[in-house]
Amino acid sequence: MKAFIYRRVDTATRAAAAAVKPGAKIIAGGTNLLDLMKLQVETPSALVDINALPYDKIEDTPDGGLRIGALVRNSDLAADSRVRKRYGVLSRALLAGASAQLRNKATTGGNLLQRTRCYYFYDVTKPCNKRNPGSGCAALAGFNRIHAILGASDQCIATHPSDMAVAMRALDARVETIKKFRLIEQILTAEDEELTPTMKLKRNLVNRKYKELIDGMYADA
Amino acid sequence: MDEPESTRAPDTIEITRRTVVETGTTALLLTALPRAALAAAPVDDSEPPSPAVKIDLQINGRSHSLTLDPRTTLLDALREHLALTGSKKGCDHGQCGACTVLIEGRRINSCLTLAVMHNGQSVTTIEGLAEAGKLHPLQAAFVEHDGFQCGYCTSGQICSAVGMLAESRSGMPSNVTADLAEPQPELTDAEIRERMSGNICRCAAYPNIVAAIKQAAEMPT
Repeated sequence: MKAFIYRRVDTATRAAAAAVKPGAKIIAGGTNLLDLMKLQVETPSALVDINALPYDKIEDTPDGGLRIGALVRNSDLAADSRVRKRYGVLSRALLAGASAQLRNKATTGGNLLQRTRCYYFYDVTKPCNKRNPGSGCAALAGFNRIHAILGASDQCIATHPSDMAVAMRALDARVETIKKFRLIEQILTAEDEELTPTMKLKRNLVNRKYKELIDGMYADA
Repeated sequence: MDEPESTRAPDTIEITRRTVVETGTTALLLTALPRAALAAAPVDDSEPPSPAVKIDLQINGRSHSLTLDPRTTLLDALREHLALTGSKKGCDHGQCGACTVLIEGRRINSCLTLAVMHNGQSVTTIEGLAEAGKLHPLQAAFVEHDGFQCGYCTSGQICSAVGMLAESRSGMPSNVTADLAEPQPELTDAEIRERMSGNICRCAAYPNIVAAIKQAAEMPT
């Protein structure tokens, strides 16, 4: 495993700020990411541990649905009485995958964000456009038992490995992400303190200077 | 500004006290880092590389302070840093279950999680199951039913079974549970086999493992 900086964050703001840094990866359950890091398919320079964030709840929505936090563990989601009664296919899909130990650790968000299980993606000695864009696809003429029949391309025939995602799709589930933004009334140039002479954003300075504006976006969340 | 290369003096670098101090610090920092850490040196210099992280773990009821490279898996922390070699390393990729331990009472694969992610949490390993010299009911049942041959998977099997029985008692369903709405699915042989499917036994002692777990499951808790 390549070395990395480990950082545990306790707010979404801090997580977002840490995760946008080059080479940073978010870790929650880690059952997919650490596996890939051991094989050096993933080589993050920083890991942002988000397990302390308050997204581990399953809440009822006013229209009779469920809002599932990204950090809800697979086993807790499968065992939830509301999911079992109303969305049995979701419980079934979760229980059909992995093992109890993995489901106790793996999260809902991580399940959706897991990488493909394509053998050639895992094998760093083989070409793979997903792992190393432009290197080619070894799966096209290789062993393709688990690969795509529909929706494939000449560049990649990998599939998404999630059973849970299939059930969620069948149930018309939607993914909610933080999408708020604020505009400042100024076009930034290299003369401004926010940018470097090569027009790169000075993130730390921006975080400090616009703290109120940024905090405001999270205030009513 | 546009001074031609050739007219520039070859040694225009002015050595000040500060440059010497900075160079000295950098040199010190470099020697203190392992080679792997240098390869993945972070781009963002606002966060210097931090190879070691200090954590506290409650292991089998005892408090342990550890200073670890963040790459250390929980399994390696137990085996290599605390000499708790009961938890075994089989596949090291979360597939065999030999490394199963309990975190806050829930079974997980200790090979697929970082020790630093469990700061402040309680870990139970095979070494912590017996109380006052008396074997845990599952340990006793494994001996009685000869639930192993070589024994390499046994500590994982037993820790996993402890977690599994707790899951079963809390009403968690499995992939073979016929009725998801049943709040307390009965722990049949088929249920035990499915729920223990994250633990592989290369000697195939499965019939005896199931018998041992069945006996322990019927004992009052």
